[in-house]
Amino acid sequence: MTTTKEIGINTEPFVVNFGPAHPSTHGVFRMRVTLDGEVIVDMEPVFGYLHRGIEKLAEERTYTQVIPLTDRLDYLASMSNNLAYCLAVEKLAGITVPERAEYLRVIIAELQRVASHLCAVGFFLNDCGAFMTPVLYMLRERERILDFFDMVCGQRLTYNYMRVGGVSQDVPDEFIPAVKKFVKEMPGWLDEYECLLKENEILLARSKGVGILPKDLAINIGASGPVLRASGVKWDVRKADPYSVYDRFEFDVPVGAAGDCYDRYRMRVEEMRQSLRILRQAIKDLPGGEVRSDVPHLIRPPVGEAYGHVEGPRGELGFYLVSDGSIAPYRFHVRAPTFINLTALADMMRGWKIADAIIIFGSIDICMGEVDR
Amino acid sequence: MAMPMLPPNWPGNFWAHWAIFAVVILVFVLLMVMFFIWLERRAMAVMQARLGPNRAGPFGLFQPAADALKILIKEDIIPAKADKLVHWLAPVVAFVPAMLIFAVVPFWGGALLADLNIGILYVVAISSVTVVGIFMAGWSSNNKYSTLGAMRQVASVVSYEIPVVLSLVGVILLAGSLSMQQIVAAQDIPFILLQPLGFLLFFTGALAEINRAPFDLTEADSELVAGYMTEYSGMKFGLFFLAEYAEALAISAIVTTVFLGGWRGPLLPPWLWFVGKVVIIFFVIVWIRTTVPRLRIDQLMALAWKFLFPLALLNLLITAAEILIWPAASLWIFVPVNIAIAIVLVILWSKFFKLGWGKVEV
Repeated sequence: MTTTKEIGINTEPFVVNFGPAHPSTHGVFRMRVTLDGEVIVDMEPVFGYLHRGIEKLAEERTYTQVIPLTDRLDYLASMSNNLAYCLAVEKLAGITVPERAEYLRVIIAELQRVASHLCAVGFFLNDCGAFMTPVLYMLRERERILDFFDMVCGQRLTYNYMRVGGVSQDVPDEFIPAVKKFVKEMPGWLDEYECLLKENEILLARSKGVGILPKDLAINIGASGPVLRASGVKWDVRKADPYSVYDRFEFDVPVGAAGDCYDRYRMRVEEMRQSLRILRQAIKDLPGGEVRSDVPHLIRPPVGEAYGHVEGPRGELGFYLVSDGSIAPYRFHVRAPTFINLTALADMMRGWKIADAIIIFGSIDICMGEVDR
Repeated sequence: MAMPMLPPNWPGNFWAHWAIFAVVILVFVLLMVMFFIWLERRAMAVMQARLGPNRAGPFGLFQPAADALKILIKEDIIPAKADKLVHWLAPVVAFVPAMLIFAVVPFWGGALLADLNIGILYVVAISSVTVVGIFMAGWSSNNKYSTLGAMRQVASVVSYEIPVVLSLVGVILLAGSLSMQQIVAAQDIPFILLQPLGFLLFFTGALAEINRAPFDLTEADSELVAGYMTEYSGMKFGLFFLAEYAEALAISAIVTTVFLGGWRGPLLPPWLWFVGKVVIIFFVIVWIRTTVPRLRIDQLMALAWKFLFPLALLNLLITAAEILIWPAASLWIFVPVNIAIAIVLVILWSKFFKLGWGKVEV
């Protein structure tokens, strides 16, 4: 395609602000996009509209009181945040977790991954222009998972369910049969979504080859999660550094090849299938017993530092804690996967059109609560 | 088949005829638009596993009326740096052509405002005026989203006009007349069977012209917020909204008249056939909207020029050849032939044709 400059028409690039209040910014992200007609010449991300100082707030609270704060990071995957933080504290204080609690954590974390990916895929397809239909279908299934979380902790968005040394309470009796039923039905729903849009000509034209994140760039920026795996790097914290009881389950890590928007979308769908596989095994092996080890109310970990990380739905979610021996963390740092994945955004967008910018942004699947903290 | 026809000047006086049909068209358009808004929201809700409007009146039927009332009492905002006159004029320029189209649409044999002998040419000419209003809106709003939306609209309408007109020429050849009335009268076999390719091309092109999904780039809400309408509020926004649905109604009415045999059909009264076919076509439009993602602007252009345009030319050529070589043959012979040709051509084109250009080096 020839640009207007080559034809000899004198044009000037102009700047459009996408966000912070825009239908497709998934929160309050702002992109200062320099456009030449419809083509993106440059993009400058502007963060910080949702900054609440969570890292500083955490230093003023006891180790247990920080857990609700982690809920407010990635509010679409609060359970994963809880888990990552608890792992870090357990590492720091040398606390062991009962077997049953480990399994419950895996079940909850995988349900959370499915819920989060449903959202991600739905809104990605919505950004592609499939007006509301896929997102509403997928929210319908997500709703069922939220009902499960409601069962175990009484909350639907900010759960505060995991505790240092286990989980806050055992699951009710109806929980396991309900999850079993869900795990049985969900593959059918996934197949339905797949046959509705997977091979759609317009979707392929829109997302195949668009917004490519090359393998070396993905590694250099420290990307993780589906974004990294879509670029062809087989790296999953659950396999690379198995935490909890993930080493006991059999599952595959789907890997893409092209690193385009379509691959990132595919990764998420495949991961949902793998999560269901893990869920099936975890429910089968779920042991009885305690769900929380004997942990004092005020945890005073020894002086030192620890890094606990999980494979969250959006990538490697890590908490870095420094203890000075007191009841509150001396330093609390979040390695937010979407913040790091976002660093490549400008490189992925340059040269594409406005419409592509929206789907490239959507395919990274960010959550502003986590980016701005 | 004897068709019930009203005399051309019914009820006998020119002015009476004019007044009656002006009122009929106004009432018809407004009522149908209200019904369409309700139908779209309701049908979409069902397809998207939700309820849709169900509070105002039975099945939420009064929802459009409630919306209209709300729009009327909203504050009318003109942006500080807008071109005020153009900003004010744009909704009118966009809405009027959509109404004017109905002057030549026959609701019944003879029941139309003006039986122009160039009816279909008039439709094509008038329907492309709307884009001027939209561009005025985009330009005068002094908003980048509006301008981008309006530019997209102009580009797509100018491109899609050509395949749309060419696909109608096949019908005109078959009917031997440009008058909408005569076209309906010629449809002993509905032209959708004789011109399947023409129908597909016209319908696709028309969707792009009235910017309905998957060609709704003008107001792509995930990209351009609301496109050219971003800076409009109150009744001006209402007029654009009305224009959009009136256009959808007009396209449905034209497809009905030109391809589906208009008011003709057994048993039921003619006007009911007409309205029923219009509603079915509109339902298909809604159905498409809930199903497919949106195209990108370069893909939209590629579709018009690489796909629709050559196919429309081929369709015209084949139709002309058929009429020229076998003028006396029964039209029923051409039905399977033309359907087969349409299928072969569409498959052939989809094999060696790529949508869009992709990345630009900057």
